Amino acid sequence: MNKALLIFRHEFLQTIKRTGFIILTLALPVLALLGIGILYILSGTARPATEVTRIGYVDELGGFDQFTTQNNITFIRFNTAEAATQALIGKDVTEYLVIPPDYISTGIIKRYTLQKEVTPPAATTTAIGNFITGNLLAGKVPANTIVRIETPLNLVTTTLTSTGGVASEQGGLTDLIIPGIFSFLLALALAFSSAYVLQGLGEEKENRLMEILLSSVSTRQLITGKVLGIGAAGLAQVLVWVISIPFLLILASSSIGGFIQTIRIPPNFLVFGVAYFVLGYLLFAVLSAAVAAVTSTVREAQGLAGIFTIFAVAPLWFYSLLLFFPNSPVWVVFSIFPFSAPVLVMLRLGMTGVPAWQLIASIGILVLSIIGGLLLAARLLRTYLLMYGKRPGLVEIMRNLRSG
Amino acid sequence: MSSVEVIHVVKSFADKPAVDDLSFSVAQGEIFGLIGPNGAGKTTTIRMMMDIIKPDSGEISIFGEKLSEASKNRLGYLPEDRGLYKKLSVMESIVYLASLKGMNSHSTEKTADVLLNQTGMLPHKWKKIDELSKGMSQIIQFIVTIIHDPELVILDEAFSGLDPVNTELLKGLIDELRNQGKAVILSTHQMNQVEELCDRILMVDNGRAVLYGNLREIKSKYRTNSVIVDFEGELGDIRGIAGKRSNKDYVQLVLDKNTTPQQVLERLIQRGLTIRRFEVATPSLNEIFLELAGKSHE
Repeated sequence: MNKALLIFRHEFLQTIKRTGFIILTLALPVLALLGIGILYILSGTARPATEVTRIGYVDELGGFDQFTTQNNITFIRFNTAEAATQALIGKDVTEYLVIPPDYISTGIIKRYTLQKEVTPPAATTTAIGNFITGNLLAGKVPANTIVRIETPLNLVTTTLTSTGGVASEQGGLTDLIIPGIFSFLLALALAFSSAYVLQGLGEEKENRLMEILLSSVSTRQLITGKVLGIGAAGLAQVLVWVISIPFLLILASSSIGGFIQTIRIPPNFLVFGVAYFVLGYLLFAVLSAAVAAVTSTVREAQGLAGIFTIFAVAPLWFYSLLLFFPNSPVWVVFSIFPFSAPVLVMLRLGMTGVPAWQLIASIGILVLSIIGGLLLAARLLRTYLLMYGKRPGLVEIMRNLRSG
Repeated sequence: MSSVEVIHVVKSFADKPAVDDLSFSVAQGEIFGLIGPNGAGKTTTIRMMMDIIKPDSGEISIFGEKLSEASKNRLGYLPEDRGLYKKLSVMESIVYLASLKGMNSHSTEKTADVLLNQTGMLPHKWKKIDELSKGMSQIIQFIVTIIHDPELVILDEAFSGLDPVNTELLKGLIDELRNQGKAVILSTHQMNQVEELCDRILMVDNGRAVLYGNLREIKSKYRTNSVIVDFEGELGDIRGIAGKRSNKDYVQLVLDKNTTPQQVLERLIQRGLTIRRFEVATPSLNEIFLELAGKSHE
């Protein structure tokens, strides 16, 4: 068997056997399951009650005697505030309102309740609003105009192409779900996989295995086998996560509502998803190998590698800014910058169309960076694999690279 | 054909020469000592042979060619800085590293059982490496080095950190390799430890060769024509003795040019002394090195 393949197999098996790897692989679906469970419990308690809620009111202005049933809320009239208070204490009503005589000029409606709350429930506020609006407009405008005033807007947007046809990508929040989840997993996978490469090479350096290995294989075979072996393990981890997503979504859907039907995967997303995962992983892995080459302990290597793994995760921090300004020149620059490209382009694909030239430039620079990174890592490994002491400075590294 | 041929090799680090115009060859069936003090350039020379670092100039051939993937399978290398995967078992470590030398797991396990048994390590074969003592790990590293039956074995400071029992065990195994016709390169700064094993040596100091050739001939060349005697009785004046140095357990007699050790022995017996020990004094490699190093520093 080819020696790089032997290293590949060894690295793959050793990585998936690591306790940390197994815990992390299972942790994500388990945490998501827990989250859904908590959401289910919360939504269960927050769900509007099916029984009729009775809200009392004292009409000091006059004229509020229609529209007293709003969904499952019934408005009960009281003549005085004292009578309404007695009904509240006696649990005959859950709360009561006082519509003062100067309501029209002030807009103030007084609300009394036994519950201590941060803000009134949304369903109650809507019901009160509709009750007031209905009575104010009754007899002045047609009944269906009142309904329209209560819910004036149902915005349906269609994105057109430059030629006036209907665009294939219509955008919208539901388009963001899959790219959002994928970008998050991609950032996680990039950070963890490069950590595994660091750990693998760092351990071999720490355990003085480098010279033994290089008496059997070449530097290139060692790096190739290692990067691909650990990469395959990282891919297997992401696969477990991806496979668990539909099950989790179905579960989430049953507890949150039928939103699963609304999720759309942007066209070409899967093709770009796989491409950016592979390219992003390779870039971070070869750079991790280069960092492992110049450092003498795993801890030191992880500290140094953190500098570039930050770029992989950073687009997720700026998610809200991305949402509001998806086509800002800043994102265009960082979509081409190889460290941030994989996660950022995935996010942008879900939000807005990424022009072809940006995709080509971004993938092209990623490929070039990987080739450059591989050559750099092999050279650094060869120069520094036998160095177990102090980490060399940048100037020294540059000098040694030049002198070969 | 030589197993190793090193021709006028030069290597400098930051303009400081580490190996300076070194040439030597190693034949099959011999134990070759690459000896010298710490920092003499031995490990740098070996790393150039292993193609881990490139020489500035000169040529190195292994089995008559530049080191290739195929020729890597024919050699075993035990580096000075060495270790094993701590979380793997002894057998897993051996099987993986042997696979990188082109061996399949079935034949590796069979050979490993024989070698583990020979070294008394068989009961530990499923233990993790980090459960073993340093000496035990060293034995496993040696087994990893020779498991694939290499034609050339390079051992850099093979005895460092070993207790006397394991040192003897290793010496026996190395001797066995020579008997099987392998070429063995023993690199060490502990010169006296390997002189009984080596057929030929290259002594290096400050990157340069100071002595190269057959060990017996070298020792004979640096012999001081003296004998070591441990006896009972009064020595007195003996003809042919130019000098006398008394030590705690013996006396070293320096002979004049016309006297042989045989003649001195006869004269001592004639004198009626009880001889407990009589041997021709040969200088140790340490003594030869100190003499040569002293001369080069004068």
